[in-house]
This record gives sequence, structure tokens and C-alpha cells, in this order.
Amino acid sequence: MTDINKIDLAGTKAKGNRPYFLNDKQTEQVMSITMAVAMELSVAKERIATLECLLEEKGILTRAEVENYKPDAAEVAARSITTQEYLARILRILQQDKEEQLSEDDPSMEFAQQELTKV
Amino acid sequence: MSTAKSLPTWDVLSKHGVFPEANNEEISRLNFLTHLNVHLSANILPGVKTAYEKTVLPAYIKETGKEPTTRHEIRKAMLDNPYFQMWSGLRRNTMEMRQQAGRSQVLRQIENLVERVEAYNKDASTLQLNDAITIPPNVGMVDIHCQPGCYYEEYFENDVTVAASYDLGLFVTTAGLLGALSDGGGKAITHWLSKDHPDFKPKRILDIGCTVGHNAVPLAQAFPDAEVIAIDVARPSLRYAHARAKSLGVNNITFVQANAEDLSQYEDESFDFITTSMFWHETSHESMPKIFKTINRLLKKGGLTINLEQPQYTNMGLYEQFIRDWDTYFNNEPYWGPMHELDLKKVLNESGFNGESMFEVGVVSLIDEKIFGKREAGDSGEDYGRAPVWNAFGLWK
Ligand SMILES: C[S@@+](CC[C@H](N)C(=O)[O-])C[C@H]1O[C@@H](n2cnc3c(N)ncnc32)[C@H](O)[C@@H]1O
Repeated sequence: MTDINKIDLAGTKAKGNRPYFLNDKQTEQVMSITMAVAMELSVAKERIATLECLLEEKGILTRAEVENYKPDAAEVAARSITTQEYLARILRILQQDKEEQLSEDDPSMEFAQQELTKV
Repeated sequence: MSTAKSLPTWDVLSKHGVFPEANNEEISRLNFLTHLNVHLSANILPGVKTAYEKTVLPAYIKETGKEPTTRHEIRKAMLDNPYFQMWSGLRRNTMEMRQQAGRSQVLRQIENLVERVEAYNKDASTLQLNDAITIPPNVGMVDIHCQPGCYYEEYFENDVTVAASYDLGLFVTTAGLLGALSDGGGKAITHWLSKDHPDFKPKRILDIGCTVGHNAVPLAQAFPDAEVIAIDVARPSLRYAHARAKSLGVNNITFVQANAEDLSQYEDESFDFITTSMFWHETSHESMPKIFKTINRLLKKGGLTINLEQPQYTNMGLYEQFIRDWDTYFNNEPYWGPMHELDLKKVLNESGFNGESMFEVGVVSLIDEKIFGKREAGDSGEDYGRAPVWNAFGLWK
């Protein structure tokens, strides 16, 4: 039933011209990417904090074991998908710019307002 | 010295029967975005005001020989200010990140969500979808508040993606102020009624533009013997709303796909209570009087209409108008500004009501202790556009 590209669809652009505020569009896109990375870093830190708590509580692992871990094939494949999702997430702004360039009838707020205030 | 105060975690939200699941990373992401929004409004936004007062306003006066007289003049002058640019860029981007986060979380489990929704909705006479209803321009022109697919897009049959993403993401822009079921507005209305109008016991209630029913459910709960009709044009939202209400044990709401401009299926003077929540700023000059006329036709004599809405710009300082107006241009809310500068009494008069009987009231819901614990005295969570006191206007017919 759900024949859709979920990664793409999650990051799709909202209909309506995207305003840019900085003097230079690429700079603002870099800002977007940086903030997404900042979020992911925050997520990762929390995850690591969780792991450290649990490992410590249970006395299960040593540092050396973590250092020497080698993922098996299935784990390697799973991580590849995770990385693809990760990249789509942090580079979302470029996906949306691409979509905006392709779209033909993306109205500006001024245009929409004109239409919506007609009597 | 001020100590940092912790914010509630997204995970305190009540998990009704069709609420999307969240893994730890998704929770971290939503919490990060909530913190980022609070940081932007508490720590960065004051700098925008400083930039205006110290730099932009003096330059404007020097150049034009006068103070700005409209919010639009302020906006145009601010567009070149680097601090405003950074704040705006970050705010816009945070909204987009919130949309992506909600959608990715929902889409990974969409098959399961649809099944859960279907289980509640199957053969229910209280969910009435209608293929003939089309999306009006005020909903379809742009994706409102940068929500891809708005309230109505369906990516496959029986889809609820946009509704579920809307439901889980509201917390990110309100940091819990709406309560654990995002129903603070509706609860504020019923709280106000029980305090100020304890004898008002409506039997038939209409909620217009219900979306996922956040504020229709508390009405139905407060008046369990009443029949509540909640209408919207957006199918995925109605499906989700119906299942959500059922899962909360609420059975006296019928969710109907209908356009508020034409509710000819309902008889004149057949409702004694008609509500909207955060609805009018997403309509248009064309539809607003039509919908008020509908309300006037449907409301019984002695009946009440009450509408939760952000305050009008009249009597508001120009700078505050300009900040509140940010959403109009930069958050895909094109009708926000035009609606907020209307003379509501005049609109009501033109729609057949006696506009002079309109009243305005600040309604307050009790703080949700599930989210905040007990509140400290003197606490205030004021924030432009998202205050915990809900502004409302209404009238008794
Ligand atoms: C901001 S949302 C309202 C939120 C909702 N009342 C709540 O309590 O959470 C606006 C809703 O109004 C609906 N809407 C807009 N114009 C409409 C119309 N002419 N008829 C019916 N619904 C409409 C939209 O589809 C959208 O779901």
C-alpha cells in the first residue's frame, strides 16, 4: 500500500516560496546544515550518555572491548542505511532547493495574500 | 545569578491510541528542537529588539525624517539587519527541521499507524468522509506553517501522515504549554464556561476547522450529553481525529468532512454552541464572511459562539505587530496579518450578527501538572504568539 520513498518524503519542501534572510543563500544553507548536525550531535551525546550509564550500572563492558569492536556484514549494511538517512536529514535544505527549482507554481506570500484578500 | 530551568521532555505527552511511537533518538531530536525554539525566543529574539531600537530605527528616522507608521515599514527596514537575518534564518530552519523530524518518525511506522486508525474507524457512523469536498484556496494555496502536505495531503489510501506529524510536533513550538493532549485551548473554554456561565448546558455543539480534534475533545468531555459535530475539509486529519477521540473514550463527536462555507445539510438554528480554535487566521477575506454567515444561520437564539484566536493588532505597539507578523511572510501564514488587522465587529455586522454584542475574553486553562508539576507562584511563560492565556472573542446571539 505504501509505495513511497520515505526518506525523500520526510524531508520534502512545504508549498510556498522559501524566504532567505542572510545576504547570501549558500551561507544560509550552510547554517541549516550546521544546525541539523548540531541536533544530531546532541542526539548522539544523549545516546552515549545512556550507554555509559547502563554499561557502568551493569559492569558489562570495558573501554578496550568498545575500541576493538568489528561490525559483522548485517551490521555494516544496517549502518549504511542509517548513514543515508542521516545525510538526507542534514542535507535536507539542498533537497528542498532542488524541489523548489523544479516546481512551477510555488506562490509567494504576497501573491497568496492577494488571492486570499480578493472580495 | 539566574539558574537554567529544565524544560519538560516531549515524552510526557499523553500517548493516546493512535499516537506515533518514538524511539530514544526521536525523543532526543524533538527535545533538541523544543530547546532550540525556546532558546531562539528567550535568548536571541531580545537581540532583534535591540537591533531595532539601537540601529534600525535611528537609521530609518535619519533617512526618512519620521518614525515608521506601519509594521510593514519596520519589516522592510529590518530585512537588511544582520541580526534579524540570523534569527529569522534560524527560526525558519527550526520549523523545517521540526517538520522533517515529525514526518520521518511517522513515515517509518505509517503502516502500523494506519492499521491502528482503521481499527477505531472501521464502519463507524461517527466518521463521515465525503469525496465531493474539495480543498478551498485558503487551505491549498501554500502549505500552512511550512507543513509539507498541509492538513490534507494523502500519499496513499487511508493515509494519516500529515495529521500524525502535526499532532506529535505541536509540542516543539509550544514546549508543553498546550498540555499533555495539546488541548489547553479547549479546556480553557470549558473552564471559563464553568466559572462564568455555569448554567450554559449546550445540547448540540459545532466545532469548525477541527483538524485532529485537539480542542473539540475537551468540549465533548465537558458536555458528555451533548452531540458534537466537528468539521474540516482535510481527510487525513479527520480520520486521525476520529480514531484519537475514540481511543480517549470520547464517543459523542461526529467528525464530518465538510466546507464551513456551505453547511446546508444542517438546519437553521440547530446548534446552541459553535466554536473555532486558531481558525480564522487560516481563512481569507472571501471565506470569512461566508463562514460567519453560516454560523449566524446555524446558531440558535440565545446560543453562544466563541472563537480562540491570537489578539488583533488594534491597540498593539508597532514592534509587537511586526514580530507577530513574522509568520505571515516567513512561516507560510499569508492570511495571518490581514486577519489580525480586521475590525471584527464590522465583519460580524456584515455577516448578520449584531457586532456590538461581541465580547473579548482571555481564557486560561489550568496548568497541566502532568507536564509541569506544580507551578511556582509568579511563573509566566509569555512568548509571542504562544502565550498560555488564550485570547477569545465571541457573542451570544
Ligand atoms: C489551524 S487549524 C485549526 C486547529 C484546530 N481547531 C484545533 O483545535 O487544533 C485550521 C483548520 O481549518 C480547516 N479549514 C480551513 N478552512 C476550512 C473550511 N472552509 N471548511 C472547513 N475546514 C476548514 C483546515 O483544514 C485546518 O484543519
